[in-house]
Amino acid sequence: MGYSFPEEVLEHVFSFISLHTDRNAVSLVCKSWYEIERWCRRRIFIGNCYAVSPGIVIRRFPEVRSVELKGKPHFADFNLVPDGWGGYFYPWICEMARAYPWLEEIRLKRMVITDESLELISKSFKNFKVLVLSSCEGFSIDGLAAIAANCRNLRELDLRESEVEDLSGHWLSHFPDSCTSLQSLNMSCLLSEVSFSALVRLIARSPNLKTLRLNRAVPLEKLSTLLHRAPQLVELGTGAYSAEIRQDLLSNLTEAFAKCKELEGLSGFWDVVPFYLPAFYSVCSRLTSLNLSYATIQSPDVTKIITQCPNLQRLSVLDYIEDTGLDALSLSCKELRELRVFPSDPFVADANVALTEQGLVSVSEGCSKLQSVLYFCRQMSNSALTTIAKNRPNLTCFRLCILEPRAPDYQTLEPLDHGFGAIVDHCKQLQRLSLSGLLTDRVFEYIGNRAKKLEMLSIAFAGDSDLGLHFVLSGCESLRKLEIRDCPFGDKALLANVSKLETMRSLWMSSCSVSLGACKWLSQKMPRLNVEVIDEQGDLDSRPDSCHVEKLYVYRTVAGPRLDMPSFVRTMNQNPAYRR
Amino acid sequence: MMHLKETELCLGLGLPGSCEQTDTALKATGKRGFSETVDLMLNLQTKDQSSSVDMNDKKLQSSTKNNKDLTKPPAKAQVVGWPPVRNYRKNVMAQKSNTEETEKAVAGGGSAASFVKVSMDGAPYLRKVDLKLYESYQQLSDALAKMFSSFTMGNYGSQGMIDFMNESKLMDLLNSSEYVPSYEDKDGDWMLVGDVPWQMFVDSCKRLRIMKGSDAIGLAPRAMEKCKNRS
Repeated sequence: MGYSFPEEVLEHVFSFISLHTDRNAVSLVCKSWYEIERWCRRRIFIGNCYAVSPGIVIRRFPEVRSVELKGKPHFADFNLVPDGWGGYFYPWICEMARAYPWLEEIRLKRMVITDESLELISKSFKNFKVLVLSSCEGFSIDGLAAIAANCRNLRELDLRESEVEDLSGHWLSHFPDSCTSLQSLNMSCLLSEVSFSALVRLIARSPNLKTLRLNRAVPLEKLSTLLHRAPQLVELGTGAYSAEIRQDLLSNLTEAFAKCKELEGLSGFWDVVPFYLPAFYSVCSRLTSLNLSYATIQSPDVTKIITQCPNLQRLSVLDYIEDTGLDALSLSCKELRELRVFPSDPFVADANVALTEQGLVSVSEGCSKLQSVLYFCRQMSNSALTTIAKNRPNLTCFRLCILEPRAPDYQTLEPLDHGFGAIVDHCKQLQRLSLSGLLTDRVFEYIGNRAKKLEMLSIAFAGDSDLGLHFVLSGCESLRKLEIRDCPFGDKALLANVSKLETMRSLWMSSCSVSLGACKWLSQKMPRLNVEVIDEQGDLDSRPDSCHVEKLYVYRTVAGPRLDMPSFVRTMNQNPAYRR
Repeated sequence: MMHLKETELCLGLGLPGSCEQTDTALKATGKRGFSETVDLMLNLQTKDQSSSVDMNDKKLQSSTKNNKDLTKPPAKAQVVGWPPVRNYRKNVMAQKSNTEETEKAVAGGGSAASFVKVSMDGAPYLRKVDLKLYESYQQLSDALAKMFSSFTMGNYGSQGMIDFMNESKLMDLLNSSEYVPSYEDKDGDWMLVGDVPWQMFVDSCKRLRIMKGSDAIGLAPRAMEKCKNRS
């Protein structure tokens, strides 16, 4: 065929292609494109760290500058994955330290990373710039101190929602005086105090600092000092937003906020004392992003804020906003793209706030750009869901959590099949869906038939039989991640759709009716899947094949069974010698 | 010391009625004697006994494996991981206000989760438990035993039931290689689990550590002293 496009030209063309999915497509065109592409790929994204091994990655992509890895399955966020399951970063850093001396960025999600690994990062990569640890654990302040001390060009350190052992506390002072490169610092998850003077000095010598998210321990009295040093901030996360009522403090804070002409995003707001809310009103007209989801302020205060934010695109709040606040939101915030409403009291059966399905309906009517919804509430109806679907066919992410499992349509007492059916029918671009409430197999028939772009589906306490699961596995063409808990889905649907599982990243099923025998059979049939059974009762060997497994995690892999499993995780059909 | 004589302590499998006298003593004084702390001695059951523990544990986990059971769980019962609210958020909301928490605790409403880390000497990894899922020391003990049963714990199997009438027997046990659960309380002190009423324990426990009885000997006198100071 011989086409004589010089490699350099192709490489130049490829440099404009950044999305990893596009890069993957490029690499499949022909052998020479595969070769050229692999040498010039700079960023890799690995959605399941066990789908591939560090060795395989490094062999294929020798010139990587940025790595993104995800570890534990999503349901780990809700304690469904026992500690010790896995997701260790150490094997990766060991090999990358050797192979990628020019690595600049590491982004991890739901992985276990130790201080040792952090130290290795800090010493192995001369040009290291970005460390994002999202919902990670296994490390302490000591590891952070190593990063601070050794990464001369650190641009971004983001610990969002990670669990950090706060042992010694004073790690900020490990940033050398010569470090002036910091652009983004998110330490909101840290529990203990940081040295305030070290923080001020760090901020003062970081002229490019755009994002600063403080932890709760930074008192409100000190916030204005920080703001004065960093008026160029674009994103700010406050510490605790409370102090004694003092007029002078309010004026100082107001003045400090007024100087921040670039501020577009606010978060933090733990322990809010409403007296101090007006301090940032001057910023509201510019705000595109607001996270009040830890602020236990009542509807009038929330409403007062959001009605001053006409440019708001992303809002997270507690259900204290109530339907009235959401009505106000729908009238004031026409640019809204994403709404998240969290429950203030999720374990109380009766409603503690006046937030119903009506609030979401209002927002769906008023906010024409709304794409992404996460909504916790206590009642829902088919008619509300249908209205929402008709109002907002542009929804790409719809996650509804009705607090009571199997709650029916509160008006008709019927299942919510039709309502969710309307969602998947109208919202043709829907990529992510979380179901709740009373649902029969019918909703899955709708989903299988209509949700052709759906990539991630979360199911809990739903369905009647294997048919439900079968509809989803056989119908949802774009499905990548499926997570199921407490549903009467068993062997039949699984075994009738084995090849589907290889087209997906992963399947999680817990407290369902899948038998041990089926897991073994699946594993034998599909050697490129790891079929992991998680069972904490510890006697899998003596159980009959007919018994139901507690938890099942199936994922495709080219790396074979993993070798780092704890005793309560077994990969089916594997030589016991492989197990630790 | 007087509590020893008043109560008949048994390390059982939560079989009904086995610890009634303990409860009576508890109601009478509102406190537990030191000897009652070893009520929590980890019971690593033999396979015969495991089925009854299964039932207890399944009830308290209340994740409906049997989906034919359509009775709604009582309002206060918590299903693991439902609603899908992350730990960080649960813990933050729980720290909202101390007085609010105490009120809710007294009212018996499990308003927020209370996750504490559990480490076991010799185990390569930590676990986490939500103390609000349990209503008594026995339930906690059963859950811990399940969690760590996948370890070899030495030759314990024969010692399913232990009778603690006798403090010297107790000390013998602590001197052996049996495991006992200890916890770090609000003051940062390490105490033997079981020294205070259950709810007080839930409110003050920051983390758990399952340690060898012989290592826990050091905690015994302090626990006794704290009890004496309270009486």
